[in-house]
Amino acid sequence: MSNAPVDKGRRRFLTVATSVVGAAGAVGVAVPFIASWNPSAKAKNAGAPVEVNIGKAEPGQMIRVEWRGQPVWVVRRTPEMLNSLEGLADQLRDPNSEEPQQPEYAANLYRSRKEEYFVAVGICTHLGCSPQYLEDSFGEQVEGISAGFFCPCHGSKFDIAGRVFSGVPAPYNLVVPPHYYIDDNTILVGEDGEQA
Amino acid sequence: MKKLIAWFDERIPMTKTWNIHLAQYPAPKNFNFWYLFGVLAMLVLVNQILTGIWLTMNYVPSADGAFASVEYIMRDIDYGWLLRYMHSTGASAFFVVVYLHMFRGMMYGSYQKPRELLWVFGMLIFLVLMAEAFMGYLLPWGQMSYWGAQVIISLFGAIPIIGDDLTLWIRGDYVISGATLNRFFALHVIALPLVLVILVFLHIIALHEVGSNNPEGINIKKPKGSVPEEEKPKFKFHERFTNKYDIVDAFPFFPYYVVKDLVGIGIFLFLFCYVIFFAPAMGGLFLEPPNFEPANPLKTPEHIAPVWYFTPFYAILRAVPDKLLGVILMFGAIVALFLLPWIDRGKVRSIRYRCGFHKVNLTLFVISFIALGYLGLKPATEVYTFFARVFTFLYFAFFVFLFFYSKNENTKPVPERITK
Repeated sequence: MSNAPVDKGRRRFLTVATSVVGAAGAVGVAVPFIASWNPSAKAKNAGAPVEVNIGKAEPGQMIRVEWRGQPVWVVRRTPEMLNSLEGLADQLRDPNSEEPQQPEYAANLYRSRKEEYFVAVGICTHLGCSPQYLEDSFGEQVEGISAGFFCPCHGSKFDIAGRVFSGVPAPYNLVVPPHYYIDDNTILVGEDGEQA
Repeated sequence: MKKLIAWFDERIPMTKTWNIHLAQYPAPKNFNFWYLFGVLAMLVLVNQILTGIWLTMNYVPSADGAFASVEYIMRDIDYGWLLRYMHSTGASAFFVVVYLHMFRGMMYGSYQKPRELLWVFGMLIFLVLMAEAFMGYLLPWGQMSYWGAQVIISLFGAIPIIGDDLTLWIRGDYVISGATLNRFFALHVIALPLVLVILVFLHIIALHEVGSNNPEGINIKKPKGSVPEEEKPKFKFHERFTNKYDIVDAFPFFPYYVVKDLVGIGIFLFLFCYVIFFAPAMGGLFLEPPNFEPANPLKTPEHIAPVWYFTPFYAILRAVPDKLLGVILMFGAIVALFLLPWIDRGKVRSIRYRCGFHKVNLTLFVISFIALGYLGLKPATEVYTFFARVFTFLYFAFFVFLFFYSKNENTKPVPERITK
């Protein structure tokens, strides 16, 4: 024990330096704890693309498949359904698909590659419920339109191209996943394909 | 025996703690029925921890095994059904007693100075309790577990910029999956209960530091030396309380209030057991019908409603046609409660001596809360949404009005002492 006077500057420097190193260490230790909550490699691999055979779909029919654990719909739309899409613009939030809810090739009136087939992730953009496909009873929700999607959780409404109506809780149109036609009867969901 | 106690007292403050917190703790003599719910909440907490530990012994936390293991507990384990119903009924009972406990605090101004921190600890307990209940509800892996969790986790998606990544991080997958189930299990059985118990400890320590409020809202601590000897209660209180103040109109908590609480506990257990044995699902309120179906990620149930104790906040969420704003208002409804000690600028605590408008205001608040709870259970039709908006307005109006009129409130004179 020496009786040298206390060097306050030195003591402060050591206190601050120790605190900073300690805090950096704490941040470093937090990394594995936080990062372990990210999707695992296995979960990421499960996001592989899915083939959908549409050869047997009747007009008006919906096919559901699972991609990345989410429901994906393929609806073969009838000409009446396609006609109903026009003239809705003033009732919709995003009639021209300006929000990035779809790949570029689906940013059109029909929100699809081919007019007839509508491919979408069947999860409401509000809080993630799966809306119901109302093939001919949508008129109860929106007058004058017979087909659309209705989310039973909070009453969000979408037209047959997945465009959201205004005045409902859902903020965006339904998501159109990347997809392309391998041939006339098969859609691959999950990849844009070379045609993109 | 005396020697043994002395041996401990030399090594740990055993008798001292017992005296400070129970045998010589001064509790106001006019506690009424409303003062039972704190003790009841602790009783339910013990019930939840005990039954929860036993359920863990047979529950399988995986997407493949969870639903089946709950059925296994219900059918094949001796008294498994009873343990599970005690736990599921306990969850609802917890919220019943906590809501009544909070209402008591609001009625008698128990959050006012110097009990602000006590109230904040209580609110933190409420918040952790909600997280605990929400995560516990996913574990049976039924349809409502799954889709309820989907809805609640998506709430975080409303946060701008980081929202989507945040929900992905919480779920640990692109949808709710086994990964989500397992982490919720871990949080539900160890992390949150630990936090909850620590918060309850701090809540009680804070309470015993400032002392209990009472239905009159009158301070039972008087300046030292201001009370004549013959008016002091004939009980021994710990010097920690008496060396700074003269304590009036109080009993020691033990044995007087312990005995009183035992009667309340008895009545509570009658009701609790009635539900466990005769109405464990409570007509779909405590256990919702779609939850008797295993989780199916491809099919949303017709009508999603959270369990009853979340519905007031859920109704607020749905009442707003904008996603982000809805989420903000919903959390705002809880934040407003947190800030109550600072929103209420009044000096008079008990509703008994506050202005008539305060009585009306608090009544409207209670009505709004109950009405929102009812509306949150119902589908979102136009009429229901309209009423949800009205009651959401009234809910928040309570705090706004309170902030303004409490500043210069026309109160009745508050007596010096609790009447004999």
